[in-house]
Amino acid sequence: MEPTISFFSGFAPKDLLFLGEAAVRTMWISVLSISIGTVLGVIFGWILYEGKWAAALTVAPILDVFRSVPLIIQLVLFYNFAPIIGLNLDPFASGVVILTIYTASLVASVARGGIEAVDAPMRRAARSLGMSYWQDLRYVVLPIGGRAVFPAWVGVALGVMKDSALVSVLGYVELLKASQILITRTQEPFLILSIAGAFYFALSYPISRYAASLERKWAQ
Amino acid sequence: MIEIHDLHKYFGSLHVLKGIDLNVEKGEVLSVIGASGSGKSTLLYCINGLEPVQQGKVVVDGTDVHAKGTDINKLRQQLGMVFQQWNSFPHLTALENVALAPKIVKGKSKAEAREIAAQQLKHVGLGDKLDVYPSALSGGQQQRLAIARALAMEPEYMLFDEATSALDPELVGEVLETMRMLAEEGMTMICVTHEMGFARDVSDRVAFFHQGVMEEIGPPEQIFGNPQSEHTQKFLANVR
Ligand SMILES: Nc1ncnc2c1ncn2[C@@H]1O[C@H](COP(=O)(O)OP(=O)(O)OP(=O)(O)O)[C@@H](O)[C@H]1O
Ligand SMILES: [Mg+2]
Repeated sequence: MEPTISFFSGFAPKDLLFLGEAAVRTMWISVLSISIGTVLGVIFGWILYEGKWAAALTVAPILDVFRSVPLIIQLVLFYNFAPIIGLNLDPFASGVVILTIYTASLVASVARGGIEAVDAPMRRAARSLGMSYWQDLRYVVLPIGGRAVFPAWVGVALGVMKDSALVSVLGYVELLKASQILITRTQEPFLILSIAGAFYFALSYPISRYAASLERKWAQ
Repeated sequence: MIEIHDLHKYFGSLHVLKGIDLNVEKGEVLSVIGASGSGKSTLLYCINGLEPVQQGKVVVDGTDVHAKGTDINKLRQQLGMVFQQWNSFPHLTALENVALAPKIVKGKSKAEAREIAAQQLKHVGLGDKLDVYPSALSGGQQQRLAIARALAMEPEYMLFDEATSALDPELVGEVLETMRMLAEEGMTMICVTHEMGFARDVSDRVAFFHQGVMEEIGPPEQIFGNPQSEHTQKFLANVR
């Protein structure tokens, strides 16, 4: 007996390609947000460290808001209210903006911890050699503090990559959204979600492995 | 020459240096002794501008360390400093530790900087440790690494802040030996130390600090043989 359904159809090889493309979009939005967010976060972390009470009154509460309000609420709010102030951003750009700020708010405390991990005598020794404040930051604090908090940063990066799934609520077709589309069509949630999960794993596993190997190298 | 005029240093309301007057000539080795908290470390920090001062001044080869227009990073190249804690940069090999500042501060080429570094490491007896990371070095070796790192900037003066205090007793000797070698080579040195033997044998003069005041200064024979101040006598009676 011939299947009579035309609207629903089974999982086909081209669907794998569809998911693959979506995975690339997940990667793309994550790479952008994590890299820009990290640079901003390091700057915020430095401000938190150096700014003392002035930073505690200005930057810190703003970062706290982004850290504590659920990402999905930030995304929806930003996407719907940005046009009011004249910002017409597509779902992708809105996602990048919010994920970047979110990453920055998380990285800021990691970065501050990194700076604090380099104790004062070490920095005095660097300065006593004639290094400027910035040379000390660049050649002493960054590598030493950076290594100290690298595992925490990797945690943030992997978390943001998974959280990028939330951008799907804006209609951006990344991995999760693509899975939902296919599930609706094929009615095979178990299969599709397993494949999507495998894609997420394929994106993060190399990062964790690479991070682990770096940490091993630094440990000696 | 290092000239210190009426130097006062406060930490908040704590008066830590109470009017220090002291000149150190080129080629001289001065040891600074005194009880914990008497302001010895603070004096060194004021000399190379790591701590600001509230009154008086420090002049190094004619340059006022704390004056507004002074390029402090340039001046510090003349003032090598070795701390109680060795502070080797843990992410760099011994050679890279020593080569870093010549490269980034003095703008030497990578090859030149490594050349200087290798030379200084040999100088302090670490010629066979060039590519070793600090974590694989003993405290004494790390402290000699710190000396080489300071020497690589070709300073005119070396400031030692209890360079041997944090070391296990059996490692003290090698560091003192290195300091003694520098003294014999004619390096101008100010050594804050608890090693009375070193102070007696190596220094041209010894200064005794007591509660932020330089109580007494003179040749080692005077300080150890015939101390003039009552506080000096008490201090020395206790350390012996
Ligand atoms: N950064 C600082 N802030 C506040 N007080 C300080 C600071 N550094 C030093 N002091 C205080 O200044 C006084 C002198 O300290 P300093 O470290 O110069 O003494 P010291 O003679 O080197 O003693 P030690 O033999 O223990 O090294 C001490 O009372 C110390 O507590
Ligand atoms: Mg001290």
